[in-house]
Amino acid sequence: MKVLYGIAVALLVLAAAAVAYAVSPRAIEAVKRPDPQSFDGATVAHGERLALIGNCAECHTAEQGEAYAGGRAIPTPFGTIYATNITPDPETGIGTWSREAFRRSMYEGLDREGEHLYPAFPYHHFTKVLPEDIDALYAYLMTREPVRNEAPANELRFPFNLRPLLAGWKLLYLDNGRFAGLADADEKVNRGAYLVQGLAHCGGCHTPRNALQAEKKDEFLQGEVTENWYAPAISGDVPAAVKWSENQLADYLTGRWVEQHGVALGAMAPVAHNLSRVTDEDVVAISAYIASLMEDDTAETDAEITGAVGERPDSGDVGAVIYAGACAVCHDASPSPFAAGLPLAFSTSLRIPTPLNLIQIIENGVKPPEGQPGRYMPGFAGALTDEQLVALASYLRGRFTGRDPWADIDSVVKATATEGSAGAEISNAE
Amino acid sequence: MITLRVNGSTFDTDSDPETPLLYVLRNEMELNGAKFGCGLGQCGSCTVLADNRPIFSCLTPIAMLSEREITTLEGLGSIDDPGPVQRAFIEEQAAQCGYCIPGMIMRAHALLLQNSAPDEAAIREALEPSLCRCGTHLRILRAVHRASDGFQEQTSAAGESTQ
Amino acid sequence: MNALGQLKFPRRSLLKGGGALVLYFAISPARVLLAQEGAPTAAPSAELPGSLSEYPFLDAWIRIDSDDTITVFTGKAELGQGIRTALTQVAAEQLKVDFPRIKLLTADTAQTPNEGYTAASHSMEKSGTAILHAAAYLRRTIIGLAAEELGVAADNLKVEDGIVVSSAGERRSYGQLVSGRSLHVTVNDQSEFFAPDSYTVMGQSVPRVDIPGKLTGKPSYVHDLRLGGMVHARIVRPPRRGARLAKLDTSEVDRMPGVLRVVRDSNYLGVIAEGEFQAIKAMQALQAAAQWEGGTSLPSDTDIYGHLMQLPADISVINGPQTPQSPPEGAKIVEATYTRPYQMHGSIGPSCAVGLFQNDQLTIWSHTQGVYPDRAAIAEMTGMDEQSVHLIHMEGAGCYGHNGADDAAADAALLARALPDRPVRIQWMRDHEHQWEPYGSAMIVRAKGSVSGTGDISSWNYEVWSNPHTTRPGPAGNLLPAQLISGAFKPEAPTNIPQPAGGADRNAVPEYRIPNARVVEHFIAEMPLRTSALRSLGAYMNVFALESFVDELALAAGVDPVEFRLARLEDPRARHVVTTVADAFDWTGWKREPGRGRGFAYARYKNLAAYCAVAIDLDVDRATGRIKLGSAVAACDSGQAVNPDGIRNQIEGGLVQSASWTLFEQVHFNADGVQSVDWAGYPIMRFPSVPAAVEVHVVDRPGEPFLGTGEASQGPAAAAIANAVADAIGARIRDLPLLPERVRTAMRG
Ligand code: FES
Ligand code: FES
Repeated sequence: MKVLYGIAVALLVLAAAAVAYAVSPRAIEAVKRPDPQSFDGATVAHGERLALIGNCAECHTAEQGEAYAGGRAIPTPFGTIYATNITPDPETGIGTWSREAFRRSMYEGLDREGEHLYPAFPYHHFTKVLPEDIDALYAYLMTREPVRNEAPANELRFPFNLRPLLAGWKLLYLDNGRFAGLADADEKVNRGAYLVQGLAHCGGCHTPRNALQAEKKDEFLQGEVTENWYAPAISGDVPAAVKWSENQLADYLTGRWVEQHGVALGAMAPVAHNLSRVTDEDVVAISAYIASLMEDDTAETDAEITGAVGERPDSGDVGAVIYAGACAVCHDASPSPFAAGLPLAFSTSLRIPTPLNLIQIIENGVKPPEGQPGRYMPGFAGALTDEQLVALASYLRGRFTGRDPWADIDSVVKATATEGSAGAEISNAE
Repeated sequence: MITLRVNGSTFDTDSDPETPLLYVLRNEMELNGAKFGCGLGQCGSCTVLADNRPIFSCLTPIAMLSEREITTLEGLGSIDDPGPVQRAFIEEQAAQCGYCIPGMIMRAHALLLQNSAPDEAAIREALEPSLCRCGTHLRILRAVHRASDGFQEQTSAAGESTQ
Repeated sequence: MNALGQLKFPRRSLLKGGGALVLYFAISPARVLLAQEGAPTAAPSAELPGSLSEYPFLDAWIRIDSDDTITVFTGKAELGQGIRTALTQVAAEQLKVDFPRIKLLTADTAQTPNEGYTAASHSMEKSGTAILHAAAYLRRTIIGLAAEELGVAADNLKVEDGIVVSSAGERRSYGQLVSGRSLHVTVNDQSEFFAPDSYTVMGQSVPRVDIPGKLTGKPSYVHDLRLGGMVHARIVRPPRRGARLAKLDTSEVDRMPGVLRVVRDSNYLGVIAEGEFQAIKAMQALQAAAQWEGGTSLPSDTDIYGHLMQLPADISVINGPQTPQSPPEGAKIVEATYTRPYQMHGSIGPSCAVGLFQNDQLTIWSHTQGVYPDRAAIAEMTGMDEQSVHLIHMEGAGCYGHNGADDAAADAALLARALPDRPVRIQWMRDHEHQWEPYGSAMIVRAKGSVSGTGDISSWNYEVWSNPHTTRPGPAGNLLPAQLISGAFKPEAPTNIPQPAGGADRNAVPEYRIPNARVVEHFIAEMPLRTSALRSLGAYMNVFALESFVDELALAAGVDPVEFRLARLEDPRARHVVTTVADAFDWTGWKREPGRGRGFAYARYKNLAAYCAVAIDLDVDRATGRIKLGSAVAACDSGQAVNPDGIRNQIEGGLVQSASWTLFEQVHFNADGVQSVDWAGYPIMRFPSVPAAVEVHVVDRPGEPFLGTGEASQGPAAAAIANAVADAIGARIRDLPLLPERVRTAMRG
């Protein structure tokens, strides 16, 4: 396997070198930062909504950093990429970028000077976006306050640190065609598809990727691991206890608590937080399109949902005792609507193929942004030994879904238990 | 019966295995350090250490703890011989009503064991799970900085003596 | 010498030769009777300072035993404000004994004077002043006794740690000198005390006496009280106010392990069990078993202000002309409406009490702020006579006003009477405290003013709408449990606290020189949510609104906000705290950066207590609207500073607490009831949002009266933050709390 992979990489390197040699992109001339007054207000406001749908700030803002000033570390299998500063600072940001340079970066993955950008910047989705929307985004970004902030240099292993190779990647995976519209779909679903496939780049997390981090087109939105969270399948056979309605999706996507499904967590939380600030029609459109991708027979029977099919472990089970002493106060009989946890029979995290999300939630808890009311769960990192965590997770899966234990549970627990972070921030529009 | 190891001694309890540690500490062992604040893991008043990591004793059934070393406020020092973190808090007069402080001290102690020279951001992050209603936060931060100086002196003194 | 001769204590025939006042005092009720009920020799005098006006007798405040134990009594309670230490300092200084020698006994209906509630930042003003005078009087008298006994002039005597020493080296301890004498004499208010510049204990930052124990796990709170045979209780409250317990089958709960008694009296419901966790599980089961019906549905929190303003109100003009002033021709007019939601005390430790009913006597250990008033209310509720009810104060978690303490004490009374002869400990759960404590009132302020071309304030109309700020017991009907039992007691009709202190209108009258400033109060007695005293009462909102409005006028006048204030402040002590803060903050040299703002505010609490000014800077994240507090500077003048570090602690704590109210806090409710029943539904400040730094300057005024400090910084802190946000984003937010979405909305304009 390893050998094959090595050969593939080597071939790719060669191919890409050849291409890179053949087409070396030109730089686009630096301009003086356009006067913010020169953009019209409606375009800027439209651009702001698009930036929220595109979740741009999430990657382009460092922890504790200024919005859009870059510097956030994005882990990839090949090393760390640091997001760039996209405020209109002339030296460290995009202040000298013309509209043309900005468009080219979005469509072709090239910076102003003609350097290839890594596809962590999802230009392979942005190709779907209409030029006028790209221009609105440009207007929005160029009217931000410039922030001086040099993003750190990427830390990538050889040969991935060679940017010209990206020409090869693009040759293989970049399809530079705009969104063409769906046949047999109404306007709303079409709008949703345009956003999901394009700017919102949902596939960036939810579509399985190949060894070169390209999304597998034939497994569109079928579930993938990203940054230690599993983004579940949101098309086809979806791992939910009950079928999502369009309305539930819209609530979920805007950070609200949804009975029977819960609330956006982990990497999805900022997405939902951003979507809570865009127009309803766009969220409704996204929901309609996603709902149309989900198979109808997702829903389990009532018996399955109440956990009746799961063998109830006997009370000597460590997991059962932990659940009774640590979890039940909120998941079974919460005194507060905010502490109330999802009845676990409805949990998606118990139904996905990996215990990753469950472990993340148990270890780090769930927290609304500071100072905002919202669903709250304390993290249990440090309280549970690895064995207890395995026992609890296995108990929960068996008791509430009746499914077989996760095969990889020991290794997942080992890998995540050592990390311990501040808590999975959730978005919250309650 | 479950046997707990608390502050270096063992303690046998007949309480239900799902009973949260907090109630055993307070009512059976008569230890006052861990306080009831919410019972929901939201305030940190009940914080004690299990194998030197902070846990919410209000949500930790004793069944989980038989293999663990539990440390409470009382395990860090006494009124006549306070531990380094307690001493720093006393020197900074870092308390108003004082109800939240035991939990703060436990969290600070756990942090300093891992990182004897935490910066301000690291301290704030480590103490985030603990609430203080009196607004004693700035004194608490100063106390942790002071305790960290003490920890570092200890470490560097230990370093010198081995040379 | 003649004067001293008159001050001589009467020999007490009862104990003649016995020399042990301690024996006499050991019988507490007698002590109380003697010390408090008065004696024909002197009637309480309104002329005497502090609480001496009500308890003029020396032995109400100080006892000296023949073994030289010195006990000082205060009817006030330690609430985490450090009063225990500060009062001991006052006594030690004036008695001239070493600080650790003094034993301080606090609020206890069998031991201490009735000083009402420990509230309104009165402890130092009232109790501190009484002890100051009593101790100085006692010392002077003792010296007189020594002079007589040793046959020397008083001038030739000095005092060393409670021992009178003559120039010849003869020594008599206080205990020896007062032995066999009664201290039941009136404190002469002519008593002189030491010159402030000779003080060695007062004015020093003596470390707090309670801190080491609290930080090492000594039993310090009523929560830590463990009596032999003690059992644990939990209550089940109705889901809504006014709901009736329609059906209850207790058979399952009765059978649960450890359950001793399910206590039900009409709509009052609780359970007592041997173990605490057993009580909790039984409570959960009881909750599930209880079926409630009816109850008052609440308005929605989103239109609460409109709702409040429709309710009947008592309207009074508390300052200025009867009719509104109209701005003169050509003046710049500023109009603004400010709102504050219901906010809660949110003690970190939910209320707790222990009760014991034995031999028809009821003893209750409670963190109530008022042992005597609470005793009266509980006696009324239980139909007992007051003498059979004994209330003992023990500390709780910081309460900041009228929280659940009194109600929990009433719970303890009802539960203990249901299970006589065993101490019953009732610990409220988090949701009980959050849902049932009386909140700080929602308020609305409408201000309309104008500045003339010359920058003068040419008109000022200020109206405030508010629910009550005090509904303490009082009568039994103000206790929550008393409203639930059969023969339910009705709460008394709430009244406002009159000016100058004021309740809803506390600090509503500007201290600035503003001609004809008109201030109107709309007191709305009908409470959609139960409200009562929350630290600083109406002052928090009024200072927020008033000091925001002053900034708005300054902006309209184009004058720097600090200059604008100084131009209208006459009291030199007010000016001093303002300039101290402006200098320490470097107001004029402050560097402006995008997204960053600075704000200033000043108030004298209640217009008659401590002076406090605050400046703060902060950053606003333009994308999210989140506010990041920077550095704050405060200055406080509390008169004679007994314990400067204690003052610093109070001001700093008050400022941080107020920052939490101001940025985050709001009780959420809807038709189903209060939703904010835990910290997730009612988030308060956590460490990451705490200001970067707070610097407090204590202005000492030796010899000046003590001024209450515990509530001085909340109002100015809120206004300074709001003013800084306005400075940072160029737009004003007038609705509390200053939530990110409000910031974003304001920025959009
Ligand atoms: S009491 Fe355990 S976290 Fe609040
Ligand atoms: S000191 Fe009172 S809650 Fe922190």
